Amino acid sequence: MYRQLIERGFSTGLSVCAAAVGLTVLGIVVFLGIESWPAWQRIGPTAMLGAVQWNPVGPEPQQYGLAPMLVGTLAVAVGATLCAAPIGLATALYATFYASPRVSWLILRCMEVFSGIPSVVIGFWGLVCVVPWVAQLHPPGPSLLAGVLVLAVMIVPLFALVAATAVRSVPLDLIQAAHAVGLSRWRMICRIVLPAARQDMINGMVLQFGRAAGETMAVLMVCGNVVQMPGTVFDPIRTLTSNIALEMAYAVGLHRSALFAGGLVLMILVGVVVLPARWRGASHATR
Amino acid sequence: MQRVDRWVGRMLLLGTLLAVAPFAWMLADVLVLGLPRVDWSFLTSAPSQAGRAGGIAPILVSTMAIVLVAWFSVVPMGLGAALALVNWHHTNNRIWRWSSRGVEQSLDLLAATPSVVFGLFGNALFCLYLGMGFSILSGGLTLACMVLPLFVRTAQIGLRAAAEQLRAPAAATGLSRSTFYLRLVVPAASPAILAALALSTGRALAETAALIFTSGFVDRMPTTLFDSGRTLSVHIYDLAMNVPGGDVSARATAVVLVGALLLINGLARLVLRMFVRFIDADPLPA
Amino acid sequence: MIVFRWGVSLLMLVTGVAGVAMFCAGPRESGQRIVLTGSSTLAPLMVELGRAFEVQHPQIRVDVQTGGSSRGITDARRGVADLGMVSRSLKSEESDLQPFLVARDGICFIVHGDNPVRQISTEQVRAIYTGEVRNWQDVGGPASPLVVVHKAAGRSTQELFLQYFQLSPGDVRADVIIGDNEQGIKTVAGNRAAIGYVSIGTAAYHISHGAPIRALPLDGIPATVEAVSAGRYPLVRELNLVCRGQPSEPVAQFLRFVQSSASGPIIEEQYFVPATD
Repeated sequence: MYRQLIERGFSTGLSVCAAAVGLTVLGIVVFLGIESWPAWQRIGPTAMLGAVQWNPVGPEPQQYGLAPMLVGTLAVAVGATLCAAPIGLATALYATFYASPRVSWLILRCMEVFSGIPSVVIGFWGLVCVVPWVAQLHPPGPSLLAGVLVLAVMIVPLFALVAATAVRSVPLDLIQAAHAVGLSRWRMICRIVLPAARQDMINGMVLQFGRAAGETMAVLMVCGNVVQMPGTVFDPIRTLTSNIALEMAYAVGLHRSALFAGGLVLMILVGVVVLPARWRGASHATR
Repeated sequence: MQRVDRWVGRMLLLGTLLAVAPFAWMLADVLVLGLPRVDWSFLTSAPSQAGRAGGIAPILVSTMAIVLVAWFSVVPMGLGAALALVNWHHTNNRIWRWSSRGVEQSLDLLAATPSVVFGLFGNALFCLYLGMGFSILSGGLTLACMVLPLFVRTAQIGLRAAAEQLRAPAAATGLSRSTFYLRLVVPAASPAILAALALSTGRALAETAALIFTSGFVDRMPTTLFDSGRTLSVHIYDLAMNVPGGDVSARATAVVLVGALLLINGLARLVLRMFVRFIDADPLPA
Repeated sequence: MIVFRWGVSLLMLVTGVAGVAMFCAGPRESGQRIVLTGSSTLAPLMVELGRAFEVQHPQIRVDVQTGGSSRGITDARRGVADLGMVSRSLKSEESDLQPFLVARDGICFIVHGDNPVRQISTEQVRAIYTGEVRNWQDVGGPASPLVVVHKAAGRSTQELFLQYFQLSPGDVRADVIIGDNEQGIKTVAGNRAAIGYVSIGTAAYHISHGAPIRALPLDGIPATVEAVSAGRYPLVRELNLVCRGQPSEPVAQFLRFVQSSASGPIIEEQYFVPATD
């Protein structure tokens, strides 16, 4: 009797914990929904996602256009992913096929260490080193370009690790067969390794895109935070994340609601892009 | 052919150097200018002149308090969830299968959620709705939500491997389910659980965006969990953005933070790697 | 395995003890705390005043957080803060709050210390911030593109700036948007081509502490504390603490201290003009 009760309690306890995980997700979505509801209702989705003016607290009329920030987020994240992918891939290939075992080990451990460096430290480096350098190239300095460079540096290590895992999971007999027919290393890479690892690579790129789009501190510190559609890479931009970080502290009413709406848009964007890649990755791994 | 191959090798080496160089630059910049500031008095005195002078003692205390709050909430909940997933994995009941799928997908969504969104959520739920205000408690709970997927995923690997190995002998002795999990599986998987905790701590220490509007900016010694307090990351951000002449202190704080992170992440990965080799479990999640 | 089990137990013991200690330490002091939030112009001054006040009243703790005047108003209304810091006079729709005048301040234009430009006029400011002038050459400087530093919406410095120069938020063509005054000073100190506007008190404080910036006279009137004090500088404002309803006893004590003559030297040390003058 007593034993059964304990077993019951144990199972229930586990279920409660598991349910709490689901509830956390639900809670996040519900709170974002509730808090942003006045904005969707009173401003309207088209007026928010279509308008280019952001003037939430100044003199009338107030405007809440999220479009420039959405464009800014996409531009900086896509740019960073495109810059980081070849570098990460090169690192993975070099470590796997060209470097000696010792150097290969060193490279991969370095990438692990670098992947743990906080984004605020990378942002600080961007602020004191990258921004002045961009300013010499073309003023003002804080710009889309600076954001792309800093984010690319941030996502390279993890992408390199994912790519290295993908490259290593290529079946050994394929590689041995390639050696047997006398293919050179780079031909083997082009013909066999890259096609076999393609899906994992794409998944890895999408995940890193998600990280870049969701990053706050590094972009906040180097992008200049002007709300505008970027004309050139030297123009300052503001992303959805930095908009929240910059104005959340004092936003009230509709303004606060619009910031939550921005958060919801960001979460949907990242979720829609990243989740399929995660599921593909999971099914891939278990196969 | 040989020449092309060598040329490709050089290009790939160049790519590798491009990946390493920014971090080398970053660490050199931080170390050269920051390390001389770091000494015992820097760690044990309070900041003055907005952080330009003085040390980081209250910030260290706030950081530890926030991490402790996160531990207290993430360990029971995350361990329970991970055990539930391992347990459900072995039932053929369709309901449990579906629940298990649901929880795993929730974890994926949590892992993909940008940290600033956790900040919004924490601000709305903990600070305002539950009335905790800008406090160490709000910040810690927000971080707990954020590191939950990492903790559950890592702990799950260890628990699943241990359960798989111990299931047959345990069934032979007729142990009850709770005894099996609590007395056998959890202790056997404890290295993986510790590693999960360490990795989560590393992620929490690195976080800034989720904290600036949940635990606030106050740089004084906290006396209760309801005080506002800033973590090392927030301190670096504030010194870098808002304090003219604060760059040296920012670098010194970064030295402390990055040093702590290297230690924690390195130990976690070492333990996890040894455990994986020892118990022959699935490889690390990417 | 034994080692790990001991490790886990020890860890739990330590965290448990630490957690219990923090909870127990909790209720002891929580009642005697004054929270101030809002304007970054006022924050450094209130930190100093808070320290001086804490010396006289060791049982009371004064916590200061920045975020802009709008946050000061909001937090004071919601009761999140005991006092809101607002670096302007209250508007008509804010009459539910009670203002306490602390000091007076102005807003000045700052450039990098190496910039040879020595003064600026109202017309030039308008031309620069609307994007008509994009090079220092056109306002008497070297041939170098301008980097225009503007404050974020919701900051009273920005509101006053827009009002004085009769600009609407959509007219301004900025290159960098900043939050706190300190961020403005840091941005301008780090960029030779930048121009920005910040509180005179904050600028004077950082110039005296060696920041490589220069405050430009506006229409020939020097941007100094003396000019603000004498009423000659045109772009001035009040620095207020605001409170909703009747302040509680510790808060009232603090307000009396802030408005007494004892606070004068501290206010002057931060390069503001005491309200008692």
